[in-house]
Amino acid sequence: MKRKNNAFFRWFYGETDTMLGKVEIRPQRKEPFGEGKAGELLADHQTLRERIYDGKDNGKLWFFDRIYRVAALFFCLALIFILLVNVSWLPPSGEASNPANNEVPARYIESGLQETGAVNIVTGMILDYRAFDTFGESNVLFIATAAVLILMRLDPEKKARVRKGIPVYKKPEDELTVAQAQANDRLYEPKNDVILQRVAGFLVPVIVIFGIYVILNGHLSPGGGFSGGAIIGAGLILYLNAFGFEKTERFFTEKTYKWVCFASLTFYCLVKSYSFFTGANHLESGIPLGTPGAILSSGLILPLNICVGLVVACTMYAFYALFRKGGF
Amino acid sequence: MRFVQNFPFFSIILSMFAGIVSSVLPSRAAKWVNTVLIVTVGILSVVLLAYLTGTGEPFVYWMGHFPAPWGNEIRAGVLEAGMALFFCVIMLLSMAGGRKKLIGEVEYSKHSLYYIMVDLLLSSLLALVYTNDLFTAYVFVEINTISACGLIMIRQNGRTIEAAVRYMIMSLLGSGLFLMGLCTLYDLTGHLLMSNIRESVVQLMEQGAYAVPLTVTIGLISAGLAIKSALYPFHTWLPDAYGYSTVSSAAMLSSLVSKGYIFLLIKIIYRVIGFEVFARSRIIDVLFVFGVLGMIFGSVSAIRENDIRRMIAFSSVAQIGYIYMGIGLGTQIGMTASIFHILSHAATKSLLFIAAIGLTDVSRGSRRFIDLTGAGYRHRMAGVAFTVGSLSMVGVPMFSGFVSKLLFAEASVGHVYKMLPAVVALAVSTILNAIYFMKTVIRIYVPERRMDREIITVRKEPVYAAVLVCFILLNIALGMLSQPVVEWIGSGLDMFG
Repeated sequence: MKRKNNAFFRWFYGETDTMLGKVEIRPQRKEPFGEGKAGELLADHQTLRERIYDGKDNGKLWFFDRIYRVAALFFCLALIFILLVNVSWLPPSGEASNPANNEVPARYIESGLQETGAVNIVTGMILDYRAFDTFGESNVLFIATAAVLILMRLDPEKKARVRKGIPVYKKPEDELTVAQAQANDRLYEPKNDVILQRVAGFLVPVIVIFGIYVILNGHLSPGGGFSGGAIIGAGLILYLNAFGFEKTERFFTEKTYKWVCFASLTFYCLVKSYSFFTGANHLESGIPLGTPGAILSSGLILPLNICVGLVVACTMYAFYALFRKGGF
Repeated sequence: MRFVQNFPFFSIILSMFAGIVSSVLPSRAAKWVNTVLIVTVGILSVVLLAYLTGTGEPFVYWMGHFPAPWGNEIRAGVLEAGMALFFCVIMLLSMAGGRKKLIGEVEYSKHSLYYIMVDLLLSSLLALVYTNDLFTAYVFVEINTISACGLIMIRQNGRTIEAAVRYMIMSLLGSGLFLMGLCTLYDLTGHLLMSNIRESVVQLMEQGAYAVPLTVTIGLISAGLAIKSALYPFHTWLPDAYGYSTVSSAAMLSSLVSKGYIFLLIKIIYRVIGFEVFARSRIIDVLFVFGVLGMIFGSVSAIRENDIRRMIAFSSVAQIGYIYMGIGLGTQIGMTASIFHILSHAATKSLLFIAAIGLTDVSRGSRRFIDLTGAGYRHRMAGVAFTVGSLSMVGVPMFSGFVSKLLFAEASVGHVYKMLPAVVALAVSTILNAIYFMKTVIRIYVPERRMDREIITVRKEPVYAAVLVCFILLNIALGMLSQPVVEWIGSGLDMFG
């Protein structure tokens, strides 16, 4: 029988390896720290634990340990009991006569469309009626990223700073360098996984487009800045996982993050300040609401949704990148 | 509407905007933005306070084009404006006093992040002070929590990271309880706006409906805010967080962050639950008991401490106990005493933290008492400032602590059941305060024979010395001119009603 000379049969008869050169192949490591060292570490850990929680010689600790567990259990059960009793006394859910069914949701539902121009009442509520709370929420995301930056960010210019004589609190030797962090990042994962790359290449555009759709249609259909931004962020993270930092750094660096976040929050802040100011002083804001249902309608809601979406997407991606290697 | 009525809104939005802008600025510029911001907000608050004292009427301000129960709303009275001003003063002094340490202890590349945290902390404090909406309060409680965590862990060593984790866990538990209370309250009343909830609660009380969930709600909200402001049994996060973070953080955490939550609780008591309803509930007795316990046990822990920063931190537990004891008395005069103690403790505690830094600087950075011997001679300004702070905490006349203790004693007299425990606790706690503060003052003025230590004069650190002088003057002003302050608090509380 004549052997068919196509890629599949060549692979089938073991002449070529299609994965060669495309996937990083290496034997799996048995012990991350070598054979002997792991055992040592384990033993160290054990002795440390025994010394710290030395129940035999430290009666007080033993006693405290027991009391602590019993008390924690007791308090949790007590809290659960109190909350359950509390719920049983609350108005039954779904009754028309409940206190929560008052003039507040009535106005949202009845005249939300005329007043905000948004078909999606929830978006009208969070971005127009109660836009100040939502601005606070976007600032929560912003400050959370800043806190993670404090905790995780590695300084790429640290050695240069030491040379220049700028005081540093932690010496460069005590901290992971950026290069080390990059090396660590690939320690347990293979580079260039073809399956992941193919699937990501197909899925990422779809995910991102869907995210953009959710953001842009936030005032028309379920969705909005928060959910759409989360979808785009998930797409970016998938892309990063498949192709690595070299590819994502072409379009998304720390600078990008900084300026995108800055621009969207500043826009939100300025535009809403104008709107709050005119509203409080009973002036006309002069922002047209448009025809409800059209994509360019409902005044400020669409641009604000875009801003919130950008902030959320950037925040999600930044969290992932920072926790993974301490930078973008 | 007068232009000056925009000022609360301007203050909040300016500080949020400053935080956002600082994210793209280099740290030098971020520092200036921060200073200018605090000064501007302070000036706005002064003008607002003057205006409100003139009119004598609080006002509400729409945040947007929709009236209150539908849109957001903020509200300003004399107490709010004065609190905003006071917070700005303390923040400005704490930042200026701790600047040198900030440079020494925090990575240069992270300074602008620190200023973001401080700007947003100011915005959240202002929002907690001015808000008239419970959900807005919750959103800014979140910002406050995260920025406080950032303030703790900006100085990155093992102790601060551990302290930040501990703070995060306790604080989120507090936020969670507060949020649950808020949800129940919404379920019972159908409102998030403070004044509307108040009306509904009055109606519910008249009908006698939903008594159990209402009590649970009061309990959840009080417990949540008590955890966040480190009332006695929930204070375990406090000593490490105040003791090891960089000094301006410690000063701001002790004098602003916890006070912001207490102010929110007072606001909720008056404007949401209603003072009478709260006073009749049993929850108030629980707060009273924990406050009294905190006064004693906080001081006992402080006596046993061998580290000056941690000692000051434990003293905070005792002082928070005083404030909750005053709230727990359930009378108008008790509340006035509590609010006065918020001011007095904030002014004194930040002074102590910043003065302690000067003392440890001249003792080779050691914080143990044995090494602090004679530090008062080596850094005279810090020694004097620490002594003033100690005298004020102990309650010596002429200083602010005396007035608050006097007010607490006045408030407790005439109360049927709570008079005896309150007065006894005041006496015992004062003696304990005197033990550990006077011990420290004597220690820093014991002459030291070894003269090889560094000596810091006023000329070497003029800004630091100026900050200490300002703090001392603030303390003496609160102590000597207490009558107008007490009257201001009284009229502010009347405006709450």
